[in-house]
Amino acid sequence: MLRQFHSLPGLIGALLIMLLGMSGAILSLDPALERAATSLSSGVSVAALAGRVQQHYPGAEQIQRTPSGTLIVYYSAAGEPRAARVDPATGTAIAPYAPSAVSRWIKQLHRSLFLDTAGRIATGGTALALLLLCVSGLLLLVKRVGGWRQLARPLHGNRSQRWHAAVARVALTGLLLSALTGAYMSGATLGLISDGMQDEPDFPSATAGGQDAPVASLAALKAADLGELRELVFPIPGESNAVYTLRTQQGDGYVDPASGALLSYRAHSGVREAYELIYQLHTGEGLWWLGLALGACGLGGVWLAGTGACIWWQRQGAKPRIAGNSGAQAAETIILVGSENNSTWGFARVLHDALGAVGQRVHTAPMNQLAPRYGAARRLLILTSTYGDGEAPASASQFLARLAHLPPNYATQFAVLGFGDRQFAHFCQFAKDVDAALAARGWPRMLALSLIDRQSSQQFAHWGQALGELLGIELKLEHAPVHPPTVSLRLLERIDYGIQEQESTVVLRFVPAQDDGGGHRLARMLGRASLPHFESGDLAGVIPPGSPVPRFYSLASDSRNGMLEICVRKHPGGVCSTYLHSLQPGDCIELFIQPNPQFRPAAGKVPVILIGAGTGIGPLAGFIRNNTGKHPMYLYWGGRDPDSDFLYEPELRNYLADRRLTQLHTAFSRIQNGAHVQNRLMEDAANIRQLIAGGAQVLVCGSSAMAGSVRMALDTILAPVNLNIQSLRAQGRYREDVF
Amino acid sequence: MKRVFTGACIAGALALPALASARPVALTTQLQNYGGNGAYLAFYLVDGAGKYKKTLWVAGKKAKYYKHLSDWARGSGLNAREFDGLSGASVGSGKSLKVSVEVADALIDAGYEIRVDSAVEDGRDNPADARLPLTKQGAGKQVAGRGYIKSFTYDM
Repeated sequence: MLRQFHSLPGLIGALLIMLLGMSGAILSLDPALERAATSLSSGVSVAALAGRVQQHYPGAEQIQRTPSGTLIVYYSAAGEPRAARVDPATGTAIAPYAPSAVSRWIKQLHRSLFLDTAGRIATGGTALALLLLCVSGLLLLVKRVGGWRQLARPLHGNRSQRWHAAVARVALTGLLLSALTGAYMSGATLGLISDGMQDEPDFPSATAGGQDAPVASLAALKAADLGELRELVFPIPGESNAVYTLRTQQGDGYVDPASGALLSYRAHSGVREAYELIYQLHTGEGLWWLGLALGACGLGGVWLAGTGACIWWQRQGAKPRIAGNSGAQAAETIILVGSENNSTWGFARVLHDALGAVGQRVHTAPMNQLAPRYGAARRLLILTSTYGDGEAPASASQFLARLAHLPPNYATQFAVLGFGDRQFAHFCQFAKDVDAALAARGWPRMLALSLIDRQSSQQFAHWGQALGELLGIELKLEHAPVHPPTVSLRLLERIDYGIQEQESTVVLRFVPAQDDGGGHRLARMLGRASLPHFESGDLAGVIPPGSPVPRFYSLASDSRNGMLEICVRKHPGGVCSTYLHSLQPGDCIELFIQPNPQFRPAAGKVPVILIGAGTGIGPLAGFIRNNTGKHPMYLYWGGRDPDSDFLYEPELRNYLADRRLTQLHTAFSRIQNGAHVQNRLMEDAANIRQLIAGGAQVLVCGSSAMAGSVRMALDTILAPVNLNIQSLRAQGRYREDVF
Repeated sequence: MKRVFTGACIAGALALPALASARPVALTTQLQNYGGNGAYLAFYLVDGAGKYKKTLWVAGKKAKYYKHLSDWARGSGLNAREFDGLSGASVGSGKSLKVSVEVADALIDAGYEIRVDSAVEDGRDNPADARLPLTKQGAGKQVAGRGYIKSFTYDM
């Protein structure tokens, strides 16, 4: 629901928001440019300035002071109207004044799209839409990260989602201010809100008469400070009853040219002062720094409209389309899907098709469409993600409430499959809730709750196997997530470890495939022959021949290292690891990069503790290799046997020597008195405790079993200083890349 | 358009009893290429002492901006009866306005002056942008304005 409140005004207003954001950003430069060209006056009275101006411009008609302090004199010379910028100290000309035509054009575009009233209504509507977008966007963001306190945390999601949210976080305040003030100003322009501008002082019915005194001697003008002047209009020569019109920040009035008395002064009303403040907050006039900040936020608005439209488009593309869906009452298998951004639907479709292929009648629907009764259903399969802080995703928001009103269904067995990300505190919480709720309502459970981390296709296939065994069929679930286009890379070299062992390990280094040949230079110019951008800790998705499902490997190098490096252990029967181990230098492969920005050393000089086992050393070695700033880095790593799999040994020795690596602690398990990496941690507890208490960050990479042991060890180590993994995680200081 | 028409009818009806003593005067105004939004113009008569007498025409529809035609606004008190049926659209930059108004014979050659106040959004206000004495002899004479008005003339 909230999402609709965000995407609907966003889609309608996207183009206008881009137009207004861009034009606003350009206009925001004006106050700063004007301020830079102006010397401020202090302690000068309006009378003194007017006197000086009149000396230089006997035909002066009007003096204006802009909020930035620029003084403009309008005068006529030789029958021609002229205008000049003058120096407040001397009253002499700085330059002829001509308002910038470009700036005026953009201002008109920004205000009314050159459509007068219709355009003003459109821009006012855009301001309101932006207001709605800011509020709904903020609420969505809070929900997404799991609470107000988490707002500053690193963001998750795909690239456009992350960049959308990251820019929104920064630009939100400015956009909110621009939208609020813009909507108010539109309301005032369209006459819906009073701006207090109508109150004019009464024109004096009579003046004292007599000879006009010199302007510099007029008492009312002497009393007015130049810093508060808005406008001084000289009387029209030869007119009887003519007076000066004086407008200042506080109010307006007339000045008798003979006596110098202030006549029928009228102070500005509170309404008008409020309007002027709001005007200033919108335009940045006289507040150049605010203007620049708002301008930057306006550009942010352009970006948000663009990325927002992209996200919407991606989501539309991923919208569930199930072919061959049986009716709810006729189907023997019901698949219900809980999804926030439609990625779970991809899995549901694979399951649906696989069951359909073995002749089953399957009905697939969102969880919110849970029917009170299913005529022929023998099993209910629920695939659901979790949203934010353990809440229901959009398509399942009413599921638990609906379920509570249904009678127990003893004839239909259920199985729940949860999708989530272990990095979050409430991993698959909603799936757990659904599983428990169904059991509590008396539905028979067919398969224990299964949880899938980060859309792992392997885990999904495992679950399918288990389900298939139960149904007495062979159920092959091959889920191929939509992945970015691949690049072609050529294997440059391979470094083998423990080649005589059954589970040997290899470090593979790839370079761009088309590194020679005729089109080489052109290709490089087009960015074809260069590596895509990546950093250590990002993932390489490799699609092995014969399987559509990519396998992910943590990268052990940055693209600026000029090669792509991964570290692969051979798993007996593993399709992809066998394929990678078979590669010889010169062979080419296809892969794509999946950014993994949360698994990276934080910027700054805080110490980093790197913990890993086996091939988990890959990204950690990459971090150390690129630690050219020589920040303190401590590596704890576990292998099997120093003779066969001491991965990166020569490199690590070099890094120790040139202080890219501060300390190296290794543990080997398959030697006499063997030890695991968690044993090393316990031995070095005092050191680790001190480092973490002092703000160190921990990055862990390896198998999930190892990660579990490491968490236990660290919790024990940290207990004396009242710290634990959970609190470190909450601060973004404990990150895992687990496989 | 309808309003202008109705206005013209009312003005005509009012002028009817004095038909013999009023005549049409064509006001022609050419604006400068100042490059902003449409200009608001007020055409009105003042006496020899500069005192407001009568509104002839107001170009510009939004009454909230009328106060920027400051001398005219002051003289007419922005009283709607003063310009009822005597207003039309604002005049774009570089454009010209030709409008015909009824003026009583008694006001011609009687020391009155036609004045034009002008104002543009974001620009300065120009009270008495252009001024011409209202005389039979002065008809067809052209004056330059001080502000947005490039030239102003009237014919009768």
